[in-house]
This record gives sequence, structure tokens and C-alpha cells, in this order.
Amino acid sequence: MNFTKTLLATTALTVVAGGAFAQEMANSMTIVSWGGAYQNSQQKAYSEPYVAMHPEVSVTWDESSNEAVAKLRAMNEAGNITWDLVDVVAADAIRLCDEGLAMEYDPEELLAPGDDGSSAADDFGDLIVSDCYIPQIVYSTTFGYRTDMVPEGVEPPSQICDVFDLDKYPGKRALEKRPINNMEWALLCDGVAKDEVYDVLETAAGQDQALAKLDTIKDSVIWWSAGADTPQLLADGEVFMGSTYNGRLYSVIEEQNQPVAMMWDAQVFDLDGWIIPTGLPEDRLARVKDFVKYATDTKRLADQANYISYGPARASSAPLVPEDMKQHMPTDPANAENTFLYNYSFWADYRDDIDAKFQSWLAQ
Amino acid sequence: MSDATAGAAPGHKKASAAKAAEKPGPMVDAEGRPLKESLNRSLRLQKMRALMLIAPLLIFVLLTFIAPIADMLFRSVQNGIVSETLPRTTHRLADWDATTGDLPDEAVYEGLYYDLFIAAERKLHTRLGSRLNYEMTGMSSLFRQSGRSLDDIGDVYFDQFKDLDPNWDEAMPWAELLGDPEWIAEMQAWDEDSGETMPTFELADGISDLLPLTAETYSAFADYVQSEDGDSPLQEEPWVLVHTALYQDLMAKDVSGYNGPQAAMLKAADAAVGGFESVTFKDGMEGVDGDWLDHPTWETIQMYSPEFTNGYFLNAVDMQKTPDGPAMRDDDQRIYGLLFKRTMFMSLMITGSCILLGYPIAWLLSNVRVRTANLLLILVLLPFWTSLLVRTSAWKVMLQQQGVINDVLVWLGLIADDSRLVMINNQFGTIVAMTHILLPFMILPLYSVMQTIPPTYLRAAKSLGATNWTAFWRVYFPQSVPGIGAGSILVFILSIGYYITPEIVGGTTGTFISNRIAYHISSSLNWGLAAALGTILLALVLGLYYAYDKIVGIDNVKLG
Repeated sequence: MNFTKTLLATTALTVVAGGAFAQEMANSMTIVSWGGAYQNSQQKAYSEPYVAMHPEVSVTWDESSNEAVAKLRAMNEAGNITWDLVDVVAADAIRLCDEGLAMEYDPEELLAPGDDGSSAADDFGDLIVSDCYIPQIVYSTTFGYRTDMVPEGVEPPSQICDVFDLDKYPGKRALEKRPINNMEWALLCDGVAKDEVYDVLETAAGQDQALAKLDTIKDSVIWWSAGADTPQLLADGEVFMGSTYNGRLYSVIEEQNQPVAMMWDAQVFDLDGWIIPTGLPEDRLARVKDFVKYATDTKRLADQANYISYGPARASSAPLVPEDMKQHMPTDPANAENTFLYNYSFWADYRDDIDAKFQSWLAQ
Repeated sequence: MSDATAGAAPGHKKASAAKAAEKPGPMVDAEGRPLKESLNRSLRLQKMRALMLIAPLLIFVLLTFIAPIADMLFRSVQNGIVSETLPRTTHRLADWDATTGDLPDEAVYEGLYYDLFIAAERKLHTRLGSRLNYEMTGMSSLFRQSGRSLDDIGDVYFDQFKDLDPNWDEAMPWAELLGDPEWIAEMQAWDEDSGETMPTFELADGISDLLPLTAETYSAFADYVQSEDGDSPLQEEPWVLVHTALYQDLMAKDVSGYNGPQAAMLKAADAAVGGFESVTFKDGMEGVDGDWLDHPTWETIQMYSPEFTNGYFLNAVDMQKTPDGPAMRDDDQRIYGLLFKRTMFMSLMITGSCILLGYPIAWLLSNVRVRTANLLLILVLLPFWTSLLVRTSAWKVMLQQQGVINDVLVWLGLIADDSRLVMINNQFGTIVAMTHILLPFMILPLYSVMQTIPPTYLRAAKSLGATNWTAFWRVYFPQSVPGIGAGSILVFILSIGYYITPEIVGGTTGTFISNRIAYHISSSLNWGLAAALGTILLALVLGLYYAYDKIVGIDNVKLG
């Protein structure tokens, strides 16, 4: 009885409050991210200063980004969206946008203009790869190798094709257990020109060509599925070289002082950013919009680079990145001599098909 | 419950027996009702009471467990999205014969344009694109890009109507032409801040006979504006789709008898449309994306038009739908058959290793002093209380090439440093790690069964001249079989559904079908295929359970 009374009273209060402040902003936000060092950098650069400005706001962090797509779909079907802002990679954002699960937005309205006076759309430029996507950082998938395992009298690996050269660089490699990036690298090292890679990969013959190239090192590959696997395998000396996200390698090298070095050749740029789920109530949407405007402005994006070695997505943030961090950024000119651009719309179309082939090739 | 009825029945019997002695005929109870009916009644009451008692649990289980699973499994055949998003297209495409090699006719393209336009406004087209992309690569971008450039067709007519009379680009004349005057009056009286819902759009009388397509598309527009945007159709200019529809209507119909609102504007347009520049829908769609003139695009749409499909199930057994019926996939895309076989084989291996390792431990547990047994039992249960991820990662440390076991073997000089054993990222790693994780599920049922086997039986057998082996094999083992059965069922069913451990230690050859299910649920979002795979897995388990019941008998399974 007592409980019911309390419940009724609370509900009534909430209704009154909700009615009175219908046009106001909600005071709580659930932000979904990846956990670990990355989420930490977001908390330090975005949410902590925001909460300092708005002490009435409470921010909850949920570390569910790797299953965000499926969970958002389930929430949408249940008609109860409990997340306010979700951090996803570009490919997932495109999928969520296609499925109608992420909200389309107008960059000029939602995002702040750059500090150098450029409009938001120009400042982010091509990085807004989907109408729903608010990019934050540029990261890259690239290789790290054990410096102490380089054979004597041989130059350390510096070309992407060294990954496929077992004679010169014997030892195990760690590659991600999915076709994306691996197929492109294989084709690059099988004589396909950089700007023709996706044309070749479109054809069944091209896919077979990539798999045949991967076949040459298949027995020496350990396939990873979590970003933390390669750093661990490198630290244990299980593999000689392996692909992973550049920020993970940064922490192995700089923070754990392992004998590991970066190989930036043919690094593949990718993006990480926010999407706002569709179907948020107005007060929560208003709060999220306010937060996003703040968290994606020039200063905040540059500030995040203090905490992690990922490049800010705004052109106007680049000059503000601290000097000692610049050399670790994938976008630094010295590191970005030869980069590869990930083709989002290609993979949105071909992912299922090539994945089936890739998985069946793996299983054989 | 059966005891209670057994107790109740004799009472009735006695009473009715007395009556029966007085009068022959059907046996009746004390109140004169036939005994059978009375018995049924009391049984039914008891059943009801029992049902009431378990009702909360039953409803809970139904709501939170059975219903979601049934819903999920049902997705394996559901395919309504195609005909819901493209109703006109799929309807008109039904008569198209794909085997002739001709493209569908103009009517289909017309339907496609209308369907796609409305779907794009409602942002449903990309969803359909990703659904069809599971069946045919390239559909996803075809729909996404078509949604963007679809206006090109309508703009042809829109521009000409606008040049004719700027009012054709105004909201109000359109609303007056097509809307019910009463509705317009209500709409004008409606106050946005009053909190009342907007009056729903109504077509003017007779307009849908006069301008059928225009009325239909304008209704769709008005509905969208009102329900999705919350705006008033009196203030929003209609889609260019409506202009296209008006052009078609004016070309086909005679509007000279019309004298309702905006009659002059309509008649002026009617006089002019004959000289309008026009474009066929087929050419228009080709301009939007050349793939609309591809035969396979239409084959796919036609094949997946029905509301229910067996496509997911065919996919789950490495087959695909083709215009000539189901066919096997290309060799290099077959994977699920292999994974199902592997899942079965490895689950059996794991169950077998659990029996081999668990049996002696359970025997030891039930044959030592209670104090020691309890201590050993804690050791068996200890892994239970550790996180699954920790246990799996620990196996990584043990088994990897620079790991503990290899280091020890190298140190002992049993293997050379450059030929360390590969024990992880393959089937061996998965079997070892999962045997360890599932071992308690084998030991516990075995232990509880073995505890009930009196040690005197073994002694009696031996005193009658049996050797140790004969006594064990002929006397002890048969009595422990129910424990093996229970443990095996538990371990086997658990291992069939495991995916975290295989994902971490299985590499490429040690992964299970559940890993693919997880991938389709959380990465590719192909829930239909995941549901089909899950349904097949469930059927396999039920089949094995049935076979087990037939061969061994489920009554012979004991958990304690």
C-alpha cells in the first residue's frame, strides 16, 4: 500500500514536472561509447567540462558501442529508446541511417561553426559520410611490429607488402577476422593500383584474387576480433606484426614501453562519431543537441587529442593539437605519406556478399 | 496431485456404493450426481487450483521467455517489408514472367516510382534496400541513391505546371482543389496551441473519381505531413509526385464537367498538358539509376514480394532462391553446412572429454570421506564462481605459443624453441577450454547419482568372484548411466550454444554456428537469417533429444 502510494505520488510529480517543463531540456543523458581509454578521453574532453557548466545535468556512460546497432534496433522495435547519444564507427552510422534508427540532422543548425570562421559543413568536409553522422575523430587501422623480432641484417618492415613477405619477415601476423581492410591490402600487394582497388574488388575474380593473396600467409595468421587482441599478442611476442587501431598501438609503445614500432604505410583511415537515435522525446532531444553542439566544437575536439592519439575530425581543430601528440596522429604528414581511403558505400553494399566468401575461405 | 485424487476417490466410492446397493443404475454420489461427473468436477477444481498457483510463473515465463523467442524465430519466414514498402510495384510485378528475359513493362516502373517516392519521403526505402541487399549485392546503394535523385522525374512536370500557373506551387490552391471544404474550415479553425489533435485530412467528394491518382498521392502527402511532421497541409506545398499524378490524370481523364474550387486553374492545366514535355517512367528510372534496367534487380524484387519467404532458411543451408527454384550456392560461399557439422562434432568431442575427465572425479568424490568430498567439491565449483572471460583468457595464457605449457616443454627439452606446439586458435583450443568450463555440469549430476549407489553392491560382486573390472563394468557402471545421461545432455546442449569461448580461443577452425548467429544478430543485422539458423539449431537439439529418449529413455536421466 505504502509502496503504491509512493509510486503514485512519484508518477504524479513526474507528470507535473514533465508537463511544466515540456519545452525545457532533460537533466539526464545516457551516452554510449566504447569504454576504455577512448571513452575516458571523451569524458575528460567533453562531458566533464559540460557538466561543470551545467551542474544540474547528470551523464550516464554505457559501454555498449560494439553492439549498438543491434541494441538500437531492438529498442526501436520495443518503442523505448533509453540512449540519448551513441558513439559508432562510420559504417555502423550508415547502416543505422539506412535503417531509420539514427536521426538525420542539418550540420549548420546542429553544429557550431569552426573557430576559423568556416561553416560546420565545410569544417567537417567529406567526413560527414552520412546524413546522420556527426564525426568526432579520425583513427586508422595500421600495423605494429616487434622491433626485437626483426631478423638480423634486415631493414625493419616499412611497406604494407612486407606483411605478405614471409621469406624476408618470418613470423606470425595478426589480422582482423573480417574482409574489410584485409582484402584491400591483399590487392594492393598483388599489383592492383590504389585507385582501382574497389573496382577490382567488385568482381568475383577480384575477390578471388584478394583471397588467393591472403592464402599465401593464411597459415601464419592469427585472426583477431577485438581491438585489444593485437596489442596483447604483440606484447606477448606471439606475433611479429599485426593490424589494429593506431591508438591501441600508441598505448603499447608509449605507455607500456613494449619493443613495438608503428608501420604507417597504407594505413586505412576510418571515423568515429556520434549518432542521435530517432524517436527521442523533445526535452531529451533538446539536451542532446545542446551537448553535441558543445562537444563537437573546435576546442573540444582539439582537446580530446590531449588524451588519446586520434585526429580531430574538424579541420579547424588540427592547429590546436598539442605538439608532442602530433607525431602520433594518423593524420600527421610524416605518417600519412601513403594512406588508403576506406570506401563506405562499397562496403555497405558488398559486405554481406564478401563476408560470406571470406568466412567460408577462413573456415576451410 | 495424483495422490490427492487417489485419496478423494475412495470416499466418493463408498458413499455411492451404499446408494448403488439400494438402487441399480449409474453410480451417483451423496448429492445424487453421477459419480463420474462428480469425480471429474473435483479433479477439475484441483487442476484449476494448481493452475492458479503456478499462474504467475506461467504468465511470467510465457511473456518474458516463450513469446520473445517465438517472435524471434518467426522472423525467419517474415518478409512483409517488400510488399509493404512497394505495394503497387509488387502487385503489378506479380504477372511478370522473369524467364522471358524481358524487363517489366511501363506500369511496373510507374508503380515503382510512386512507391519509392512515398517510401523515400517516409525514409523507409533504405531499410528495404538493406533488406534486399542480403539477397543481392548492390541493392542497398541502389535504393539509397535512388531515394536522392528520384525528384528528377517529378521535376519535369512540376516545372511545367509552375510555369503555367505559379499557384501550382502553392499549398492552399492544392488543398482547396482536393480537400473537403468542411475539413479546410475545421483546419483553419484549429489552434495549434490548444493541444487538440489536428483534424485528419479528408478528400473532397467525387475528386477521387475525377483525379484518382492525384487524390491518392495527395492523401499520402497530407497523411505524411500531418502525422510525421505535425504540420498543416494548408501550409505545405505538395510533393512533386502529386504533380506527376495530376499530369497522368489530366492526360487520361476528362475534367470539363468539373466546377468545384480552383476549376479554372485545373481546366487551364487540362488544356495545356497535351503539349507538356513528358518522360516515360522507365526512362526516368533509368536516369535515376541504370540498375533499374537490370534484369536480376527485378528477379530479386519479384522473388521476395510474398509476405512470407523460405529465403532465409535456404540461405541457412547454403542454398539460394533463383527464378528456377532453390539451388545450391557457389562452392566458395557455402559455410553453414560446414559450421553445423563442426558444431555437432565438437560438441560431441567436448561431451566425450567431459565424461572421460568427470567420471573418475565424480567417483572419487562419492568414495572419500565426507569432509574430503566437500573440499574437493569446492574445487570443482571454484571455476563456476570465476568470470567466464577470465577462465577463457587464462587458457590463452596457458596454451599460446609463448605460453606456460610451451615454455615448460621447451625448458624440459621436449620440443625445440622454433617448433613450439600450436594449441590455441584452433579446434584443440576450443575443445580444451570448453571442456574445462563445462566440466562441473558433468561432475555434479554424476556425483549425485553415484552417491546413491550403495558400495555394498561392489563388495557383494567381488565376494561372488568378480574381478575388479567385471564388478565395475557389470555392477557399478550400469547404475551410473543415468548420471552420464543427465550430464551429457547438459554439456552437449550448453556447448552447442556457446560462442564467447570459441570466439576467443577458436581461431578460424574452432568456431561454432553460434558465432555466425551472433554475427548476424549484432553486426550484419540480418535477423531473419539468424532466426533461421537458430530455428535449425533448435530443431537439431530437439531431434537429438528425441533420439536419446528413444534409444536410452529420458526416464533414465537423473539429476540427483
